[in-house]
Amino acid sequence: NNNGADSGWEAKAVEFFKDHLKEKEARTLVPSLNDVPLHYLKPNSLVKFRCLIQDMFDPEFYMGVYETVDPRLKAKVLRCGKYRDVTECGVDFNSRNTVTAERQTFYCVPVPGENTWVKDISSQARVVPSTSYAPSRQKRSYEEDDDMDDMDTQPQKQRETHGGSQTHSEQHHGNGDCKRQETEAPSNQTASASHLDLNFPLPGEKGPSCLVKVYQDWDGFKLNDVLEVFGILSVNHTTSYSSSSLLDPADSMETAEEQRVHCPPASLVPRLHMLYAKPLPHNNPLLPPTGLEDNSAFLSSTLSEMASVRAELLAYFTHVLLGDALAAEYLILHLISTVYARRDVLPLGKFTLNLSGCPTAASYTERLYQIIQQLVPSSFYLPMSLQNMNQMRLVPKKDYVANRLVSGALQLARNTSLFLDETQLEQGQLDTTGVRNVTALGNLISWQKVDYDFNYHQMEFPCNINVVIASEGRSLLPSDCQIRLQSQVAPAHMDEYLSAVHMHPQASSQLNKFRMYLSVARQLDYSISDEVTKSVEDDFVDMRKDDPQSVSAEDFHRLLVVARLLSLSLGQTSLSTDTWSRAKHLDMLRTSRMEQHKCVNGNEP
Amino acid sequence: STGDLMPMPTSPATDMLSPAAAQDTSLFSSPRNCLHRCAKLDMSSPLMYGTPSSRVEGTPRSSVRGTPARQRADLGSVRKAPQVDLQSEPAGADGAVASESNAGQRLVIWGTDVNVGTCKEKFQRFLQRFIDPTSTEDENAGLDLNEPLYMQKLEEISVVGDPVLNVNCLHVQSFDAELYRQLICYPQEVIPTFDMAVNELFFERFPDSILEYQIQVRPYNALKTRNMRSLNPEDIDQLITISGMVIRTSQLIPEMQEAFFQCHVCAYSTRVEVDRGRIAEPAVCRHCNTTHSLALVHNRSAFSDKQMVKIQESPEDMPAGQTPHTTVVYAHNDLVDKVQPGDRVNITGIYRAVPMRVNPRQSNVKSVYKTHIDAIHFRKTDEKRLHGLDEDAEQKLFTEDRVQTLKELAAKPDVYERLSSALAPSIYEHEDIKKGILLQLFGGTRKDFSQTGRGHFRAEVNILLCGDPGTSKSQLLQYVYNLVPRGQYTSGKGSSAVGLTAYVMKDPETRQLVLQTGALVLSDNGICCIDEFDKMSDNTRSVLHEVMEQQTLSIAKAGIICQLNARTAVLAAANPVESQWNPKKTTIENIQLPHTLLSRFDLIFLMLDPQDEAYDRRLAHHLVSLYYQSEEQMEEEFLDMAVLRDYIAYARTYINPRLSEEASQALIEAYVDMRKIGSGRGMVSAYPRQLESLIRLAEAHAKVRFSEKVETIDVEEAKRLHREALKQSATDPRTGFVDISILTTGMSATARKRKEEVAQALKKLIQSKGKTPAMKYQQLLEDLRGQSETAITRELFDEALRALADEDYLTVTGKTVRLLA
Repeated sequence: NNNGADSGWEAKAVEFFKDHLKEKEARTLVPSLNDVPLHYLKPNSLVKFRCLIQDMFDPEFYMGVYETVDPRLKAKVLRCGKYRDVTECGVDFNSRNTVTAERQTFYCVPVPGENTWVKDISSQARVVPSTSYAPSRQKRSYEEDDDMDDMDTQPQKQRETHGGSQTHSEQHHGNGDCKRQETEAPSNQTASASHLDLNFPLPGEKGPSCLVKVYQDWDGFKLNDVLEVFGILSVNHTTSYSSSSLLDPADSMETAEEQRVHCPPASLVPRLHMLYAKPLPHNNPLLPPTGLEDNSAFLSSTLSEMASVRAELLAYFTHVLLGDALAAEYLILHLISTVYARRDVLPLGKFTLNLSGCPTAASYTERLYQIIQQLVPSSFYLPMSLQNMNQMRLVPKKDYVANRLVSGALQLARNTSLFLDETQLEQGQLDTTGVRNVTALGNLISWQKVDYDFNYHQMEFPCNINVVIASEGRSLLPSDCQIRLQSQVAPAHMDEYLSAVHMHPQASSQLNKFRMYLSVARQLDYSISDEVTKSVEDDFVDMRKDDPQSVSAEDFHRLLVVARLLSLSLGQTSLSTDTWSRAKHLDMLRTSRMEQHKCVNGNEP
Repeated sequence: STGDLMPMPTSPATDMLSPAAAQDTSLFSSPRNCLHRCAKLDMSSPLMYGTPSSRVEGTPRSSVRGTPARQRADLGSVRKAPQVDLQSEPAGADGAVASESNAGQRLVIWGTDVNVGTCKEKFQRFLQRFIDPTSTEDENAGLDLNEPLYMQKLEEISVVGDPVLNVNCLHVQSFDAELYRQLICYPQEVIPTFDMAVNELFFERFPDSILEYQIQVRPYNALKTRNMRSLNPEDIDQLITISGMVIRTSQLIPEMQEAFFQCHVCAYSTRVEVDRGRIAEPAVCRHCNTTHSLALVHNRSAFSDKQMVKIQESPEDMPAGQTPHTTVVYAHNDLVDKVQPGDRVNITGIYRAVPMRVNPRQSNVKSVYKTHIDAIHFRKTDEKRLHGLDEDAEQKLFTEDRVQTLKELAAKPDVYERLSSALAPSIYEHEDIKKGILLQLFGGTRKDFSQTGRGHFRAEVNILLCGDPGTSKSQLLQYVYNLVPRGQYTSGKGSSAVGLTAYVMKDPETRQLVLQTGALVLSDNGICCIDEFDKMSDNTRSVLHEVMEQQTLSIAKAGIICQLNARTAVLAAANPVESQWNPKKTTIENIQLPHTLLSRFDLIFLMLDPQDEAYDRRLAHHLVSLYYQSEEQMEEEFLDMAVLRDYIAYARTYINPRLSEEASQALIEAYVDMRKIGSGRGMVSAYPRQLESLIRLAEAHAKVRFSEKVETIDVEEAKRLHREALKQSATDPRTGFVDISILTTGMSATARKRKEEVAQALKKLIQSKGKTPAMKYQQLLEDLRGQSETAITRELFDEALRALADEDYLTVTGKTVRLLA
């Protein structure tokens, strides 16, 4: 038990945990909040949580070291208040040894839009928690809460309530024990949980959110960072807000609403006292969690396979995109794009794709999204229907009454695929919210930033979201690259064709190959030699010589991005003249197709 | 008793005391607590300055004792702090006590090193002697700066009768650093001592003045903390000043200060002070000895006002990628309702932390403290924005080092080039445009002639960028918007006049109508970037007329009529009406903006795609390196954005260049030259507006050099830049000459002449046709075309018709032209 205040000891302990967690196996031994239902986890034990920082609360002061007095023995004991929510009884408030310390609270949610395959794969690797797996909750509370058992006077029923609803939301993980729980849980429980808004960025999200207490270097974390947090779980219900408890007039500085948000029931939103957090460059469970540089063996083996996997993926996409190989090329490029740097306001490497000419029949766009969903770790489908645009909250907004950042659909982790379905847009009027939402989407695409609404001012948060827009004509939103889909399938056979495509799910090993390919290609380093630079420059000058209108600076910007992505997609980490001419060729094909279309269909800009 | 009362946690230096209750009636009690205690108090003690009788209203009062002391709720709940004699109890004192050398006075307040007597004496000396001849604070306006400042303020109090003395902590610091340290560390003890000192001094000096209650000292501008983010546990119980924005204010909370009890049996009444939020209800009546007979009488108890104010970090103070912090502030008594949500304020107060109680019945507590600030002084930073410039608020604090770096940079001969190339490095070339924007960022010198009736002169430089789509105009705008602290970015397409100016909105909470300001007002003293200027609706654009010259904005909406300041520089970007810039047309024709608006821009630049090989090569190199250079390489090449930002901020606040004699001469010459150029061809080529532009640009250039004087080189550069911009935007495509009338009247002189000729020819043609009252439009056009040797466009023909219609010679109805008279 961590009594005692020696700070040297404390640092050593944290160091010890860190060292052990660095070892490859140790990581996987820690149970994860993402896939183990909360009530199976032992309180005050080490757990991990893969999450996104959704909100940052105000820093709080706590008793870092305090002294307790045992009334019977009259003995004073120094105790450490770190990594826990509640003090032990008999605190001597006037002790000179009390040390006030500061810590920061982050409100963390599971990675928004994380696809089920990611969850499935990571939970396959999960460990059986060290506690008894049998859901004997009563036992647990007496067994482990020995130092806080005086709080267990709280009615047992209430605990059951929260536990039950938790089970309900977790049951789709297919845990046999859960099923049994489910039947035990009274039926009215889901309602009690749903009135509490857990503030997930995307609608329909599930999973526990968590209050993470950070003890050091909290300035290093940023909003929307994706982390794997290792910390000590605390589900002490005394930290929860309960409306029945008498409010001390001195405490009235917080409104009831604020309390509800900042102190949600611990059984729904557990507290996690962070020992160590690792920023995740990606959330693909198929890749080694650390950066690619550390895994040269893995890297070389994947690199050698890249070209062949790419060919297979291209064939698959061509099939999915109604036999259009060019569009398939661009889709691959889009899926591996990422903002790799910013030059003053200009984000480099973004590659927003506008897939125009999508058939409206047979809910093609939705099916297309389902395919993408199978391949990328996190994604979100946003039908741009008038109703959605006018009603959805895309931009996060600060709620000053509850003092929290109310999330919006654009609060996404890096490299989330955002699929905008413009075929759903119908004629009608956009209201103020609608106009604001469309502007926000436009800003996101052009500058890769979202202006969060702080009521009195706006604050800019940079983001890195892959946006693909499916539309019939040219999209009303800006895009880096527009490609017109040329269907090789006769409209009459469309339904048949589509159902055939989607009825044959790829073998999972094949899918895993694609998944790995896309994530690895995005992580690769890229360079360009002086020689190639020279020839690329010459090329530009030559192109301009023939017809200055043909290539503008903007076109050149795009060409450079295409060349970069094309190289990476082939597993080449530096640009070759071959790839450069191939990129040029691709772009030429694309533009000629656009012009062709313009001639056929005069109105289309 | 300590278990359930839970006093505040303390910073290491101070300490709580709890064995207190015993000796609080003696001389050792702290000054505040002696109110309303029984009469056995030693009235001659310097610590006594409120008496039980002072509560009685109506008696003439003109002394310290006659004036009631008002509870200072802002200093928190009363702490029973006895003084300790250091000599008798050396072990109990803190290590901090050291400097007190005055042998006789070793009495200090428990837990501090404050000796009441010395402290009071020092403060009185400060009040009597402190002089600040260089004071620029507007509060001191009208005071004689060479006389003791605070004595004059006391005099003011005696006249006005507002018993509040605001004391600038910086003054205290410069006068007596030790006193300042004590004030910062032990505000709760020191401020009452200050109160005492002030009141003694005041009533000595103005024995006849009558105040509502005793003077309260309100220190402000404590340098302890500036930023909410840097608050840490060491600041607890100390005096701090932080800045932020008010986001929420609560309703007024009446807080009981003193409870009034009355006995049911004998009607004996007694008062009990509230101690740390608790009332100790007397169990036994002292008069009749009945137990539990005393009842609280609410309307005879004393209450004080309290309000919760939430403030949030100002957006400028925040590191990127984090959310702003908030802090709870309690305002007491007359500070209640001093601030409104949305105000930017500097708050001076005492930082507090209280443990959180989980449940009164449980002995465990959450190991977390709640923190708040007890406000002592509010200062709104944007209060004066409606009247004038609040220099104080704008002043960013620069460290010595920073100023040194900036000055070194300014001393470099090529600083102008350096800065302009540091501007938006990702955008290639367009050197002159960047220079123009740089000068815009610095702005001219503000001149105010309103006293002589000539009004304000605009100091802001307005710039319009026109050009082909895809020439990174938007990117330039985005960059500027990100660079300046008070920048706004709007797009002409999305913004209505309402979004630009101001709109009236019903506040959902208070149901009051509130005026919400739009982008132009928000960017007061900043830059308003307007993209897609050409897409703006006409009535939105009309709003800009006033803003761009008068720098004000008049609103008449929902019964609210007001004029707001909008001293904003406008940086606008416009696309040509046709998809591509037509070099055969004038600027006006290309962007189709009214010339009245165009003439309000100091500089109009064209951003065109130059078509030449050398340029292409450089551009290609620039773009490729943009994509593939490593982050570090880029950093080295260019000045840091932060340095640039500071440089601009420094120059804007501290440098106010004035025209030198030679510079004025040069300007006059330049203007005369400009007028001359045109006069040869019979047209006006410069207007006073152009002269004003030149002056602004020259001043801005002097600011870039950190020079207090505008010299000839500044004028030269202003001339050059102005000429360059004109060359781009006001060249008559028909003649190849620069013609300012394109921008001022919307038409080049040659075009006007041509129109005239065509109209005359048309008139002749019609007259030659004899007496035909009506003619076909198309027929007439063809006839004219056949007759004329130069090509006549339909537009030209229409204009000629319009000119003749203006002469009342004919009218045009549909497709027929009728002669009049």
